[in-house]
Amino acid sequence: MFGKLTIEALPLYSAVALTGALVTVGGVLVVAVAITWLGAWRSLWTEWLTSVDHKRIGIMYIVLALVMLMRGFVDAIMMRAQQSMSLNSDGYLPPEHFDQIFSSHGTIMIFFMAMPFLTGLINIIMPLQIGTRDVAFPFLNSVSLWLTSAGAGLIMVSLVIGKFSTAGWTGYPPFSGIEYSPGVGVDYWIWALLISGVGSTLSGINFVVTILKRRAPGMGLMRMTPFTWTALCASLLMVFAFPALTVACVLLALDRLLGMHFFTNAHGGNMMNYPNLFWIWGHPEVYILILPAFGVFSEVVATFSKKRLFGYESLVYATAAIALLSFTVWLHHFFTMGSSANVNAFFGVATMVIAVPTGVKVFNWLLTMYRGRIDFHPAMLWTVGFVATFVIGGMTGVLLAMPPGDFLLHNTTFLVAHFHNMIIPGVLFGYLAGYMYWFPKAFGFALDRKWGARSFWCWVIGFLLAFMPLYALGFKGMPRRMEHYDDPSWQPYLLVASLGAFVVLLGIGCLVMQLYVSIRDRKATADVTGDPWDGRTLEWATSSPPPVYNFAVLPEIRDREPFLDMKERGVAYQRPAAYQDIELPRNSFVGVALGGLAFALGFAVVWHIWWLVVVCGLGMWVVLIARSSDDDTEYRLSAAEVARIEDARYRAMGSRT
Amino acid sequence: MMGGCDLRHSAVLDPKGPIALAERNLLYDAFTVMMIVVIPVIAMALLFAWRYRSSNTQARYTPKWSYSGRIDAVVWLIPALIVVALGVLLWRSTHRLDPYKPIASAVASLEVQVVAQDWKWLFIYPEQGIAVVNQMAFPSGRPVSLKITSDTVMNSFYIPALAGQIYAMAGMQSRLQLLADAPGTFVGRNTQYSGGGFADQQFQAIAMTQADFDAWVAKTRQSADKLDAAAYGKLAERSRRHPVTYYSAVEPNLFDKIIAKSAHDHQAMGK
Repeated sequence: MFGKLTIEALPLYSAVALTGALVTVGGVLVVAVAITWLGAWRSLWTEWLTSVDHKRIGIMYIVLALVMLMRGFVDAIMMRAQQSMSLNSDGYLPPEHFDQIFSSHGTIMIFFMAMPFLTGLINIIMPLQIGTRDVAFPFLNSVSLWLTSAGAGLIMVSLVIGKFSTAGWTGYPPFSGIEYSPGVGVDYWIWALLISGVGSTLSGINFVVTILKRRAPGMGLMRMTPFTWTALCASLLMVFAFPALTVACVLLALDRLLGMHFFTNAHGGNMMNYPNLFWIWGHPEVYILILPAFGVFSEVVATFSKKRLFGYESLVYATAAIALLSFTVWLHHFFTMGSSANVNAFFGVATMVIAVPTGVKVFNWLLTMYRGRIDFHPAMLWTVGFVATFVIGGMTGVLLAMPPGDFLLHNTTFLVAHFHNMIIPGVLFGYLAGYMYWFPKAFGFALDRKWGARSFWCWVIGFLLAFMPLYALGFKGMPRRMEHYDDPSWQPYLLVASLGAFVVLLGIGCLVMQLYVSIRDRKATADVTGDPWDGRTLEWATSSPPPVYNFAVLPEIRDREPFLDMKERGVAYQRPAAYQDIELPRNSFVGVALGGLAFALGFAVVWHIWWLVVVCGLGMWVVLIARSSDDDTEYRLSAAEVARIEDARYRAMGSRT
Repeated sequence: MMGGCDLRHSAVLDPKGPIALAERNLLYDAFTVMMIVVIPVIAMALLFAWRYRSSNTQARYTPKWSYSGRIDAVVWLIPALIVVALGVLLWRSTHRLDPYKPIASAVASLEVQVVAQDWKWLFIYPEQGIAVVNQMAFPSGRPVSLKITSDTVMNSFYIPALAGQIYAMAGMQSRLQLLADAPGTFVGRNTQYSGGGFADQQFQAIAMTQADFDAWVAKTRQSADKLDAAAYGKLAERSRRHPVTYYSAVEPNLFDKIIAKSAHDHQAMGK
């Protein structure tokens, strides 16, 4: 009836695991009680969960990302604490718990923090920047969100029922095969990735079509904002790269479930094909994460330097070049697997070539600051902090791109320091800059600057303290993923790294404080014009938050910085002669239903509850057929209603100015 | 700096053999070349941020300036030139330091066969007919040619002071060459996570004089333990912190049999 699921799956065997489970369950209960207390279930369901509005979907993605950031960060703190004390001792973690933590930390941060964060930012902003009313496929957008959430849900459930994988976030076989990892952990990992991976692929398709087909009149490709360009390139990478991950996971699942031999030691299996497939996705994935962050930096640096972006065309070509080259370097993740010198050298050189367009972008940001008038809004702080620290990571990346250098440093904490150096300053700083830059657009009031700046300083100092010692430990030959060790000279470095993690924790605390203070003071910082930063691009032309239709009349684009151009021509807030009816997509529960069924299906496969697999599979099929035969998926917002909403906006603006 | 002196003597930065030294020097060369970009970028980021802060109304302000063909050419060319220089360095060094290429030397290489197990390392000396667990002895000044495989999951064989690492994979053989300049004891490890005993999966690599090595071989040959098929089967079972164990004899072609057990019809994919 319940497959492999028994009472043994509850984490009663260890205090640490039990605490984790209780915190997770407690967190869910607290949220549920709070919603009930506020009487918000109905509005949550009708206005948010079932929404197909790209802005709301984007916000929900980012909420998911921030929740998972907390979860992933708890893992980080636990690892640092363990390594601080595990010199010649077992530390405080029960055996093999450390291994689950490093696996879940990486999985969560990449798939359920970074991916939702970037998908959320693109969702909220890109349609506004290209002047459209929604993404090309609003319903599909909702499906993507709920599939991603289903994956995140599986990861969270693994904390309470059963154990998580110990095979690392990359899940290399044969270790991740059934022979060496017989538990349910790897299955949780596979099915979380498979389900959310489908969501990411669909998001990619949705964004590509939106950007190519839905731009406002006059917006040629070379008039798109840098963020939209990076969104386009990242989305193309999602479309082409994610299927490789899906295939790798499916083959691994077949090995595990049906006893096949794609990656096993014996019977003709070849484990080397797995890293090959995994990194064909995995390397472009790095650029899927970082390109949108580069886009944010490009927007922020121009806005807060109060200056046109330097070398727009160079920047666009550099972005496109990075996107293309990202598919030519994946082998550098396994130089140490014994390929010939020619093969290694080819992929090493290809990797270095990426440094050229990346370098160009860095210089373009610097030259945009040059002869500007820089306002150190927190978004700008993240940007300057990014440039100054990211080059260090770029440099260590080039060191690792040289195969003989990689032989020395691969799999050590030097590698760990390198990719955190790319992903914290490069990716996360970018997303946080975007969060602070666009928050008023999404919610109609600005975030507190002081707490934002404090958070920045904690993050950048904490990052340096946490990861510079790991570079040093790499030189001392310390492998990654060590639960304990016997070299006393490592410990001081690990203690400094723990201090760094603690400072980052303060940075996260500042983020929470910032949100609290900003919500408390929201009346004072309300953004009535829709343009709090003297913006240049189209998203600032509409109100904050934008009405459901984004633009009452689709704007005519005449410049790369369309809104600045409108302001300079004095037509920025002109009231159109007349409004027209607007067709909009209806909310739908189907996205939530598909996500819920996908979650149950994943859970059922993990625990071999086959009848439930069949029920969920059939359920998804029925729901999809029903949705496909529903012709009434749109509604018409009358011109009078549009006029009423727009008049209210003009009145509010008038009362302030 | 707390770690300055400490780091100068770290395994990677203070190597004890020519292979690791060449690999480290490559890191130094590339590092030096990259400073041409890294230092100006960090300096410009801080300098521009300070000089063009909005409160400094003295600084020039050109809000519409957004392109200069000359500057654009420079920002593409400088990184490109650096990458060309590093690319040449990379291509040559990758071929020179190919871990499959034997070290050129007047002395013939010592061949050692390495098997990764859960969670220990087995070293087989085919010429001497002996085997050791968790200890690898060899004469200093004589190249050591390693043939590596795994009898479990993927491992990575790494002696940071002597040579970079290479994966050990079941059914396949990978190669590594190393040489120690002088006698000494070095730490060797698995760096690829392989399960519960991973953190303790280390061994001693001991470089000794030829005379000491001969004595070590002679001593090993006197061990009561012999690594026949049955003993190997027992040894291959999971064990943590396995003590150093000497075997005076080894089942013939054991290394090839371990590979063949997994390989079946598909040949080692390396070389």
